[in-house]
Amino acid sequence: MSYSTINRLTPYIFLAPALVIMVIALLYPLGYMVFGSFRDWDPSQSIGETSFIGLGNYISLWNDPNFHESLIVTLKFAITVVFVEMIVGVGLALLLDRNLRGMSVLRTMFILPMMIAPVVVGLIWRYMYHPSIGIFNQTLEKIGLGSVDWLGQHALLSVIIADIWQWTPFIFILSLAALQSLPRSALEAARIDGASGWQQIIYIKIPLMMPVLIVTCLLRLIDAFKVLEVILVMTEGGPGLSTEILALRISRTATEFRELGVAAAMSNYLLMLLLILTIIMLAFNKLQEMKAERQRRAVEAEKG
Amino acid sequence: MAHPDTTYERQHPAFYAVIFTLVFMSVGPIALMFINSFKLDVDIISGTTGLLFLPTIQNYETALCDILPYELDHLDYCSLKFGGAFINSIIITLISTVLTLIIGCMAAYALVRFRFMGRDTVSGTTLMVRMVPPAVLLVPVFGLWNNEFCIGRETWVGEIIRDTFGGRGDVCLAGTHSGIILVYIAMNLPFVIWILQSFIVQVPRQLEEAARMDGAGSFQVFFKVVLPLIKPGLAAAAIFTFRIAWNEYLLASALSDRDTKTVPILIVNNMSEFNVEWGVIMATGMLLAIPPIIFTLFASRQIITGMTAGAVKG
Repeated sequence: MSYSTINRLTPYIFLAPALVIMVIALLYPLGYMVFGSFRDWDPSQSIGETSFIGLGNYISLWNDPNFHESLIVTLKFAITVVFVEMIVGVGLALLLDRNLRGMSVLRTMFILPMMIAPVVVGLIWRYMYHPSIGIFNQTLEKIGLGSVDWLGQHALLSVIIADIWQWTPFIFILSLAALQSLPRSALEAARIDGASGWQQIIYIKIPLMMPVLIVTCLLRLIDAFKVLEVILVMTEGGPGLSTEILALRISRTATEFRELGVAAAMSNYLLMLLLILTIIMLAFNKLQEMKAERQRRAVEAEKG
Repeated sequence: MAHPDTTYERQHPAFYAVIFTLVFMSVGPIALMFINSFKLDVDIISGTTGLLFLPTIQNYETALCDILPYELDHLDYCSLKFGGAFINSIIITLISTVLTLIIGCMAAYALVRFRFMGRDTVSGTTLMVRMVPPAVLLVPVFGLWNNEFCIGRETWVGEIIRDTFGGRGDVCLAGTHSGIILVYIAMNLPFVIWILQSFIVQVPRQLEEAARMDGAGSFQVFFKVVLPLIKPGLAAAAIFTFRIAWNEYLLASALSDRDTKTVPILIVNNMSEFNVEWGVIMATGMLLAIPPIIFTLFASRQIITGMTAGAVKG
């Protein structure tokens, strides 16, 4: 083999292991799932032995009120969680963007909740929400306000609170990084022109942070659709279907009810939703890049 | 980094109160679990919220009872099997993290430094599969690992494996460490490739070219020049991969059997029982939480770098 052939092959050699693994354990399974979603598929069978039922799984899901319920719960959960986390996270970043002693210690404390296992987060919150031994109800009882049925009547809200606790720091860290990389000149200019703190935030900081904020928001939204373990440990989807988000329903349909075909169809619905979000995010990124490129050219043209 | 003689702005006392509240809110629940893991169930249930209790390591002993060298007098038998699960978790996490990093940085390097046919397809696909949730992978992986990715027991490889490890039926990926490791590598690769790309781009090309002039081949350039320069990126990627593999529950629960259970599975199984043994579970949870907490305390800068690099397009 000549030197140039080896040269041309080099990138493929570097890529090969990653490609092989991603094809075997990611792309092939995804294709397999799409194939299986058109079949009456049971985990004890090999997929070749199953019968083709066309869109059967998709149609039965479309008409299944429980599936609708689960979809609504998922949307409620994801949208509320992202909305609150964005506001609190960005607010905290604006508040704490100062030259502060011990800022790095503070950031370390804040990222702890998202580093520990979701299973453990669920465990901690389930304990704190416990009707009799939980810290919330004990405190409420002590003040004389009576106890609240956290994981019963208010299960969805309780689950949402736990997620906000765990993931607000994510938004906080990313917006703080964005804030600290803003061009100092723009902020200086505003300050010299006599803009108040609020004016600086509303007219300079937030508009300049917007691109990062939108990407952060979309990333978090995509992640919010993946949440599963925290809710599984806290409520197991109950009471009733009140906290059974889509991801949880998929896993139960597959492992408990052993209806792989239906679970596959459900996974495809979820994938389509996430695909749309991802495409929006990537398109937005591309747009930003093009915009930056155009500005750079304009500046160069002016200089030249 | 703050310079030694940077002057810090003085803040309003109310500001410090806000900060104190925030720290309390974010660390409080974890601290609560830590404290409770040293309480007996009696103390937890009687609701002595304060710090007035007799600390005991009995919960940790119960959790680790099957790998402790001594007999426990408060237990008749070991029901939790934490030790085995702990070892499984370590094996699976370490192997998958190391392999993901090696494979991932090679792929990232190829995508950044070479122009070749299919490059855009590969990098586009990598971007897209990053959003696939584990719950979606669950269905096909469950089916494939149990029914398709098997070695028939009649074939010679299958026979050897059966003779060595025992059991009946075909040898399948499900229920083995390798089965779970394979999924974890695949699941983490897209993210690792994406993060490392943004670090490799920053390596000055001149350095690589200088090395090449001195007669180094592509692989030497990669291992001797590029890798040492992207250490911070590797550290960030390692922590994220470790965290996902160590904390993951869903796929592990679908793919493991009695002997390959990981710690998160143990916690979920014990939480769904009617009588939750809070003390022991919190001790187990604490043991599971300790490695990520240690990473956070010692490498928070890498974590934050990784998070920002992963979110903002690299």
